[in-house]
Amino acid sequence: MENISKSFSGVKVLDDVHFDLNPGEVHVLAGENGAGKTTLMKILAGVHTDYEGKIFLIGKPMSFRSPHDAAEHGISAIHQEMSLINPMTVVDNIFLGREKVRANMWMDHHSQKETARQLLNQLEIEIDLSLPVEEYPLSVRQMIEIAKALVYDAQIIIMDEPTSALNDLEVRRLFEIVRDLKQKRYGIIYISHRLEEIYEIGDRISVLRDGKSVGTANADDLSPQELIRWMVGREISQQFPRRIMPIGRERLKVDHFSLPDPSETKSWVVEDVSLSLHEREILGIAGLRGSGKSELFNGLFGAHGRTAEGSILLDDKSFKLRSPMASIAQGLVLLTNDRKGTGLVPPMDIIRNITLSSVKSFSPWGWMHTREEKKAAQHHMERLGIKAYSLYQEVDTLSGGNQQKVVLAKWLQTKPKVLLLDEPTLGVDVGAKHDIYDLMNHWTSEGLAILLITSELPELLAMSDRILVMHRGRITAEFNREEATQEKIIHAAMGEEKQP
Amino acid sequence: MNKQSQTNEKSITKKTLLRSPLLRAFAALVLVFLIGMVFNADGAFFKWNTHRDMLRHISVFAILACGMTLVIITAGIDLSVGSLLGLTAVLFSLFSIQKAWSPWISLLACLVVGAAFGAVSGGLVGRFKIQPFIATLAMMVFARGMAKWVSGGQKISTAVLQPDGTYHYVDVPPIFNFLNSKILNENIAVVTLIFFGCVLLCWVILAKLRWGRYIFAIGGNEEAARLSGIPIIRTKLLTYGLSGLFCAVAGICQAAQELQGDPEAGMTYELTAIAIVVIGGTNLMGGRGGIGLTFIGAMTIGYLEKILSINAVGEASRLMLTGAIIVGAVLFQKTRR
Repeated sequence: MENISKSFSGVKVLDDVHFDLNPGEVHVLAGENGAGKTTLMKILAGVHTDYEGKIFLIGKPMSFRSPHDAAEHGISAIHQEMSLINPMTVVDNIFLGREKVRANMWMDHHSQKETARQLLNQLEIEIDLSLPVEEYPLSVRQMIEIAKALVYDAQIIIMDEPTSALNDLEVRRLFEIVRDLKQKRYGIIYISHRLEEIYEIGDRISVLRDGKSVGTANADDLSPQELIRWMVGREISQQFPRRIMPIGRERLKVDHFSLPDPSETKSWVVEDVSLSLHEREILGIAGLRGSGKSELFNGLFGAHGRTAEGSILLDDKSFKLRSPMASIAQGLVLLTNDRKGTGLVPPMDIIRNITLSSVKSFSPWGWMHTREEKKAAQHHMERLGIKAYSLYQEVDTLSGGNQQKVVLAKWLQTKPKVLLLDEPTLGVDVGAKHDIYDLMNHWTSEGLAILLITSELPELLAMSDRILVMHRGRITAEFNREEATQEKIIHAAMGEEKQP
Repeated sequence: MNKQSQTNEKSITKKTLLRSPLLRAFAALVLVFLIGMVFNADGAFFKWNTHRDMLRHISVFAILACGMTLVIITAGIDLSVGSLLGLTAVLFSLFSIQKAWSPWISLLACLVVGAAFGAVSGGLVGRFKIQPFIATLAMMVFARGMAKWVSGGQKISTAVLQPDGTYHYVDVPPIFNFLNSKILNENIAVVTLIFFGCVLLCWVILAKLRWGRYIFAIGGNEEAARLSGIPIIRTKLLTYGLSGLFCAVAGICQAAQELQGDPEAGMTYELTAIAIVVIGGTNLMGGRGGIGLTFIGAMTIGYLEKILSINAVGEASRLMLTGAIIVGAVLFQKTRR
């Protein structure tokens, strides 16, 4: 790809970008959110068709008219937002858009199933092909996406942050597959934020910043510090800067908390969890997918209503677990791990998203005081460093990091006592990640207590004062800051006996 | 360099302006208006009376569209508005003509009935999580049946059936004449002013009240709204209830215009109301839209029908043309994106 430029409504998002890929290579495309990585890949995959510059495929100039056209030429993309249709079966999804047909109209179910089984065997997963994909966890769906890309006889596979929904084990599995594909001479373009991943899987690394190529280098020749400098254009000295401070009195006490599985009557997704959280403390919760950590957060927040059992004390007062509305009023709020699905209201502007949970305080008699609202939003925007050209910009148009800051601002505006943060840095670029951890230091120094989930262990280890590990809905281990290591946590998370 | 960035900025504002749904809707209205200027039926289009009658004619539909707009912004739909109009038209005639209740009490009773029926739909949608399409479809059928039951299948007019089988004619209550009149030197119809009042009320709700904020939040992302502590059920109850209230207002106006309560009144009006909202540019997926858009949409459809009728286009061609023009108007708005 040479001299690629692209503008969205007058704003240049790609400016004279170069990119190349050899067969049998994993070329990592890195850069902060909004750097233009996804746009560049969408041009290659035929999603965007109006751009400047040229694309060459095996030496021949190409211009793709549609994703289908690109796929016909051997380019398949696994997009950030999964492109599977949930109620359709695994087979139907894999062959979506290129169904096998006889006599131009009859579906050839038999041969489709056969091919699908072979593909999935190749990826070493065994699943029932005739079940709808929604029956499977995200990690399996990711594999189905990959199978779908392979059906197209792809030569080039674009993976746009494929691991953001996967846990450590699943990531290992994915990497094995990627290595396997590499050996079979596929060319793989891998978009990621995560440093460890980039170095583990990448052969070459290219960095985009503000729509421009910063550079390309072999992974072995580029130090992580240099890579970060390329990405953010400035030095970030400490990656995760937790400030240790003396903890205060107990803010939250959870006793024998259990949450029933909504789909079954007799099992629990969270079972007999007790914990206590203090002023100025960050308590990290570790666990694999399905360990119940997110469910614990949702349950404490009242998102599942009154179905939970157990007692909760907040600031020595009995905490009434009824609904999110009641929890917010009592000072306990939850940042969910799905920003777009459950955090933001995409068509509303920044101001309205920030004041969404505290809208009552801006409308004493039901009449909105928009000027005060704007002032409050302005304050958060400066305090959290939200980058936008206007407060009236729809949050849909912001980058991931800025969106996350808007959601954080929404919760801060409710003046909470306890913050539950579920993956606060998911899909957030390095700079914003740093900002968010910095803010967590600041908030705790003001007396707030934070429960933190993050699937990136180095971050969890660095930011937490204490770490609880969950496995199958129960707490299996507790470590303080000094004794916690990645190995110990993974052991406990996989359900092994508590270590002495 | 500086100059270039300036022109760049200008082109951005230009583009964002064209992207504003209000301007797009307005452009569609202007287009229809221009068509009217060309096909002016020997100058009929240039007379105020034509415009006054257009406004009068569209008012009842537009009042329904006001409530519909709020419901659609919550990502819902209200199919029961036509039937509720019929029911309240029958009730209003029954109360004020045949039972000779005081007009204020009749008005109040009808408004309460409309709002209550709307709130039931809202409860089904909010509390019991029935899809809006289904819940209000059921309400549409139920309310139509109720209108026929209350009226005994007859039009409720000034001719009152006596026990001996003869008809006794009563006077038209003054409230009917007032609602059906034109004021300010016969320059504007009372129903049109009521329509403007409804628009104003909706604007206050959407732009100035906390309630309006809830409506947009629910339509934009219901789960995020719930987790942000927004009372989903209460908001839906109130919003569908308001739609029902507007149905009663429209039903009362309709009864006044026809001087009777027809249990068949309002058939397919819900479709016209939805068309008005959509032509205005409010998004059926919820979360985006506004009452200003619906106001413009009402004028657009009103002018369209007026232009076709003053040019003496037959009903068959008029319907076909209207269908085609609705598609055209919506496409016109889309290409501007």
